[in-house]
Amino acid sequence: MNILYFAWLRERIGLRQEELAPQATTVGALMDELAARSAGHASAFADRSAIRAAADQELVELDAPIAGAREIAFFPPMTGG
Amino acid sequence: MDIRVQEAPFDAGAELNAFTAAAGGAGAVVSFSGLVRDVAGGLQMLEVEHYPGMTELALREAAEKAAERWNLVNVLVIHRYGVLQAGAQIMMVATASRHRAAAFEAAEFLMDYLKSRAPFWKKEVTGQGADWVQARCEDEAALKRWNDS
Repeated sequence: MNILYFAWLRERIGLRQEELAPQATTVGALMDELAARSAGHASAFADRSAIRAAADQELVELDAPIAGAREIAFFPPMTGG
Repeated sequence: MDIRVQEAPFDAGAELNAFTAAAGGAGAVVSFSGLVRDVAGGLQMLEVEHYPGMTELALREAAEKAAERWNLVNVLVIHRYGVLQAGAQIMMVATASRHRAAAFEAAEFLMDYLKSRAPFWKKEVTGQGADWVQARCEDEAALKRWNDS
């Protein structure tokens, strides 16, 4: 599974993306699993309310299942326009 | 329907003229241009990051929703990414419809939608350092009103 990071999550983690085979079955559990990977990850995932997620480029809630997804992205609330 | 996510600058006047010329059957064209705003301390640059692939999907979904709900003749959305200077054109939206109320409402809906649903993030760089622009609760609330009406 390809995990993508954008904006300050990318900066804190120090990676644009990483490939892994997570144990987690939901987006929220994946965040817990990722937070344990490094101090940067822990800092990025410290405040869940400030993070949005997309599975295969569609916005999803934290309780959404991740089975079958090829790409999960984490990012802060959008600020386009 | 014309959706563009690009790094290059664009000429909003020329885009609007071309859009208007092609808006056959329309009685109204509304357009909105977004410019890079200066900030306290002086903006040195604005960095716009996006999620390639998802951005185009999100904008197309917004344009399709607007076209269907307001029965639009045509829709244009252009949004830039990369490094931009204060005063630069960052995005534009144009809508064409038979009547003006639909064109105005659809343009507002598109703006509200892309503020909270299109994966763009802005970082302001000033003499004091660099800061990610915070999302505003009002933007989310602005989008919700379209579900209620």
